[in-house]
Amino acid sequence: MSTDSDRSISTLPDGLWTQPQPTVPDLGAAEPVQRVRMPAAMVYDYSPGRARTRYLRGLEHKKILGERCPSTGEVYVAPTGVAPVSGLLTTEQVEVGPKATITSFCVVHIGFGVNAPPTPFVSALFLPDGAAVSLYGTVGEIDYDKVRIGMRVEPVWVDDDELTTSSENIRYWRPIDEPDVPAEQLKGHM
Amino acid sequence: MNDAQGGAELLHAPLVIEYGFMRTTGPVIGAFLTGLREQRVLGIRGADGRVVCPPAEYDPTTGAPLSDMVEVGAEGTVTSWSWVAEPREDEPLSTPHALALIRLDGADTSMLHVIDVPGPDSVRTGARVRIRWAEEPEGLITDIACFELLEA
Amino acid sequence: MAPARDVAVVATAQTDHRRALPELSEVEMIQPVIRQVLDAVGGIGEIDFTCSGSSDYLAGQAFSFVMTLDAVGAYPPIVESHVEMDGAWALYEAWLKIQAGHADTALVYSYSKASPGDLPKVMSRGLDPYYYGPLWPDSVAMAGLQARAMLDAGTITAEEMAQIAHRNRTAATANPHAQVSGSPSVDELLAAPMFSDPLRRHDLPPISDGGVAVVLAAGDRARAWSDRPAWIRGIDHRIDSHNFGARDLTTAPSIALAAQKAGLAGAAVDIAELHAPFSHQEKIVRTELGLGDGVEVNPSGGALAANPMLAAGLIRIAEVADRISAGTAGRGVAHATGGQLLQQNLVCVLEGE
Repeated sequence: MSTDSDRSISTLPDGLWTQPQPTVPDLGAAEPVQRVRMPAAMVYDYSPGRARTRYLRGLEHKKILGERCPSTGEVYVAPTGVAPVSGLLTTEQVEVGPKATITSFCVVHIGFGVNAPPTPFVSALFLPDGAAVSLYGTVGEIDYDKVRIGMRVEPVWVDDDELTTSSENIRYWRPIDEPDVPAEQLKGHM
Repeated sequence: MNDAQGGAELLHAPLVIEYGFMRTTGPVIGAFLTGLREQRVLGIRGADGRVVCPPAEYDPTTGAPLSDMVEVGAEGTVTSWSWVAEPREDEPLSTPHALALIRLDGADTSMLHVIDVPGPDSVRTGARVRIRWAEEPEGLITDIACFELLEA
Repeated sequence: MAPARDVAVVATAQTDHRRALPELSEVEMIQPVIRQVLDAVGGIGEIDFTCSGSSDYLAGQAFSFVMTLDAVGAYPPIVESHVEMDGAWALYEAWLKIQAGHADTALVYSYSKASPGDLPKVMSRGLDPYYYGPLWPDSVAMAGLQARAMLDAGTITAEEMAQIAHRNRTAATANPHAQVSGSPSVDELLAAPMFSDPLRRHDLPPISDGGVAVVLAAGDRARAWSDRPAWIRGIDHRIDSHNFGARDLTTAPSIALAAQKAGLAGAAVDIAELHAPFSHQEKIVRTELGLGDGVEVNPSGGALAANPMLAAGLIRIAEVADRISAGTAGRGVAHATGGQLLQQNLVCVLEGE
């Protein structure tokens, strides 16, 4: 078997990587098929489980509900029902926030997806007061180049008649008039 | 603070996962699908001389690269079948039908496809079938709309 | 060839398998099982390597296995891997890791919830995407092709298929985790109408939500954790062609080869747990393994009693290990399968001391 010196994977033994070049009966002047579109869609009936159901029910009432680890006492939000450090089931619901602190952010200049806001926008992680971990969202009502780690924010909710059991209930987070949280206080939460 | 085990009514919602894949065929599958678009069926000669249809790039038994593509017939023999009483969306036939393995004349392996027959009593292993071509071929295995019995 | 290191199953746990567990997310479902085996050995700090098996197609979510790592307690960071295959193959990876000397202990788990999707349709996404995928063949009708081939060849009868279903589901009455247990008589089963001709409903496995976890340990670690470890004497996996039209569907030579490589023939086994989701497939597995009449097959009820995808194979290993550790079996064989129509097969021989 000949060795193709151009191939990018040069460590393969001879014969392992060959492109078959078949002899084909004459099919007329047909344009050969080289690519095929193979769409596949499947419908699931998704259920979020107990803990996420509790969390989403809370959002319907503009409450951010974390869950406490029975071992470490840390409060996780959005909860999954299991405390990720101890591996134990969380058993106690705790309301956190709504005020929060920005623990990290990213200025987005190229948006993608149908729901992306106009660019540039700021996506960020928000540590709700009382929680051990941050929620994801976007920052509004401030120029993108003014956003900083430690900034205090609050959620901006959709109108009451639009509230559902969805994380989309929080349209975005906006700055509030409180002093920044020093970075050292955010250690372990970033 | 609440007891986290307290039961709120469980949420659930439809979730649609859609994969819009565009796949490269490579020369062997590409030639086969090109053939179907022209209402011709190609197989490929295996290392032992057997004709593999639909064609594989590599021998299904030995793994040897294959290259000799040959034309096979549009009629064949049912080698196994089962009955689909309640077809799902996306299947080639919306009416109850047989799923079948069919060895086309000139081939030594079987193709998976469906047979349009009224009921399980109408089909048997060994039955002779022929291709019913799709009205608008696009270079896909579904250019074979289904198979039908040669004689009722 | 004998393995370089003695490795044993020292702890197992499984969920009660159910048609649907909508109240639990995947991590909520598998957490109690992972916790049970970790508690048996002193926690995640005792584990050198973690490997899981699950399927994104079943979950309807990319990288879905990451969510269930929460139940392991994966911080500080652990050494971890995942296979998009039955957990029996996750166990194989963990066993290799231990054989290579990179770990002395391992946590292996697998799980799935088939209930959110339409399983026979989801299964079609695992087939050849050019020739089979666009036809969306449902997995029950696919299994019917294999049963028909066996019936035509005379290697099984409808009566034998019903007897297999009856025997498994009768055995399942002693399995607290079983989803389907107890069975009408063979005559009553045979009087039922066809579901997907030639398959009657009793020939089909249930659709299940559930999971399983096991802990592996080498040498003295195993002896410290278990009074009677279930030693893995041999394990191997092999594959037959995915081109079902080019295969003799009445056989699965990959099973016989895996059994040979795993050293099954070295000594007689008392029990066998076979991962044969459809009744007729048990006959193929049994024949390829060359099991004698004295072997007790599927005392748990097998996959006909509970068939959580991606877990039913690892459950077979756990069931054999449990019986060895309990002292009710001396040597046993577990078989796991992947794909459709017994395409890929793993054989694991376990033994007590």
